[in-house]
Amino acid sequence: MILVLVFLPLLAGLAAFALRSPAVRRGLLIGTALVHATLTAICWKTTPGAALGGWLALDAAGLLFLSIISGLFLVASFYAAGYLGQQANKHTTDMEEGMLFDNAPEAVFIGCLLLFLATMTLVTVSQHFGLLWVAIEATTLASAPLIYFHRHHRSLEATWKYLLVCSVGIALALLASFFLGVAATPPNGEGFPLVLTELVAKAQQLQTPWLKAACLLFFVGYGTKMGLAPLHTWLPDAHSEAPSVISALLSGAVLNCAFLGLVRVQQVCVAAGLGAFGRDVWVLLGLVSLVVGAVFIIGQTDYKRLLAYSSVENMGIIALGVGLGSAGAFGAMLHAVNHALAKAMLFLLSGNILARYQTKNIAQVRGLLRAAPVTGVLWVTGFLAITGTPPFGLFLSKFTILKAAIDSGRTWIGVMFLVSLGVIFVGMTTAFFGMAQGVPDKSAAGPANRDRWWQIAPPAVLGLLVLWLGLAIPGPLNNVLRQIAATLGDAP
Amino acid sequence: MNNTNIILILVVLTNLKLLGSSRLGASIRVVAMQGVVLGLLPVLAHTNELSLRYAVLAAGTIALKGIVFPWFLFRAVREAEVTREVEPYVGYVTSLLAGVLILAVSFWMCERLPMPETLASSWLAPVAFFSIFAGLFLIVSRKRAVNQVLGFLVLENGVYTFGVGLAPHTSLLVEAGVLLDVFVAVFVMGITIFHINREFDHIETNRLSTLKD
Repeated sequence: MILVLVFLPLLAGLAAFALRSPAVRRGLLIGTALVHATLTAICWKTTPGAALGGWLALDAAGLLFLSIISGLFLVASFYAAGYLGQQANKHTTDMEEGMLFDNAPEAVFIGCLLLFLATMTLVTVSQHFGLLWVAIEATTLASAPLIYFHRHHRSLEATWKYLLVCSVGIALALLASFFLGVAATPPNGEGFPLVLTELVAKAQQLQTPWLKAACLLFFVGYGTKMGLAPLHTWLPDAHSEAPSVISALLSGAVLNCAFLGLVRVQQVCVAAGLGAFGRDVWVLLGLVSLVVGAVFIIGQTDYKRLLAYSSVENMGIIALGVGLGSAGAFGAMLHAVNHALAKAMLFLLSGNILARYQTKNIAQVRGLLRAAPVTGVLWVTGFLAITGTPPFGLFLSKFTILKAAIDSGRTWIGVMFLVSLGVIFVGMTTAFFGMAQGVPDKSAAGPANRDRWWQIAPPAVLGLLVLWLGLAIPGPLNNVLRQIAATLGDAP
Repeated sequence: MNNTNIILILVVLTNLKLLGSSRLGASIRVVAMQGVVLGLLPVLAHTNELSLRYAVLAAGTIALKGIVFPWFLFRAVREAEVTREVEPYVGYVTSLLAGVLILAVSFWMCERLPMPETLASSWLAPVAFFSIFAGLFLIVSRKRAVNQVLGFLVLENGVYTFGVGLAPHTSLLVEAGVLLDVFVAVFVMGITIFHINREFDHIETNRLSTLKD
């Protein structure tokens, strides 16, 4: 079962490189996504058995993130198929500088997209730290060609930064994995394998100095990929230059993959009695990310970059939540789900806006509600969701984290959290309502470019899901969240 | 002096040569040599348990780092018709001095860490750290995309040195996975360099500066 989940998109991806007919390729993309999502749904009913001698297994955390990834990919695949139909390999004029450029071949795009799904699935089911590293680095490599879909110099620059910054960061995480290996070798005895369950079970035997060093390096390595400030430098560039559907997957799925890597590290730290040490780092990185997100959101002129910095901010919130112990970790996991849904929705909508207005400049987009009522209403809905307005899911998760901060007795964390959220709310309100209201240009409002179904349905579905999670958390999800939270807080 | 130490000395020398070298062709060759030398490390460091596993790992490492990567990078450089790093952010003499300083710091640092007793040589950890820091230094101090890839490779070589010497429990599957990832990374970076070259008529990354806040 687990092997099918990994190999299905892998083989489909390889097949997509060879297929000639665009229609068949797009069918393959959607078909694979559908089967993958169905299998993931089955995993909620029956836990699949471990494979490769316990190296691949699906625990609560893995199941949660696998579901996020699979669900987002399914929704995004419909958008991608429609998008590719529109962009089919023709010369395009760049909207910012007016030069001509080509798109990457569609076979490469769909092939890489499916390989990307395979690597992300591998991240969620890896129980071995070495394999986890291999999988996370592979997500970087599979997604780099996706960012370079529009072949012009800005996307090239973004791809280069993404490749180099993430590869170097993740190379340090490999060093951290080796450190963990040294920590797992007692001075006079046989070492044990780096499988999560083994490490947690024998955590008392781990050598503390090496484990601490490993932990810090993991934070640098996977933190880079997760987009935690000050290691987030690749993130706004990659998100703003990639096609919007890729930005949605980067923000909703890739950042969460790296987060899952760090969750695994924290699980080992907690078991080894170093929970407090790890939590301090989480809180520090979380607060820095929140502040950096707030600073760059204020006065941002590019709406895709705005969304990217909002991702930095939300990753900060998630990190802060994990740093606040068990109750906070529950909120953080819930927030990871909510943020993935809401941010993917907004990025898909930003693609609609970009196609209509041909600009990423916030000041040049006016009258969205009149020019494209459905996209406009969804855009405002997405804004309300991402800023944590009730009744959306993000309100609930942010509130849980705030409560955990105040309950922990560190009121200053709660105050910093609220002030940052307030600043971000003001910054985003200015941008979003400026875009939604006013009178649109004639070129943007014409009947020729009305929204297609594939531009509307995927973000609408995501919006409904965020709303649902705000009104009620389904029982099975609640169970899974509690199980994860229990592994991240010290036993009472 | 045992074989492991000779390899480690060669690694230090290649790193220093790389820090002081302006010619791209020479730099690529030096990194290739470092790759080959390091490929021999698992075989020599674990002489008492010479197995098929280490032989396969050594063969794979040497084939990739010694032959495939240099060939691929030479192609990228030839396409770009450049052979020299023109003006690095940090000059060559300064880089060399920085390298010596990094080496000293690496040794000083490893004096203070509790090392496991299974170590093949007491120089392993410091040399590994030296490679890692030297790689990072190369990435931030050079403008050419190819040089940054070389820096990444040196960094990865450092991590590899550490892994071979200190963590004997990583299995063949993980090692093969790591090697595959590095291969694909260099492959994708090489293609990106090719595109940078075609797009800008140069491969200097300091011109990649449109995107900022």
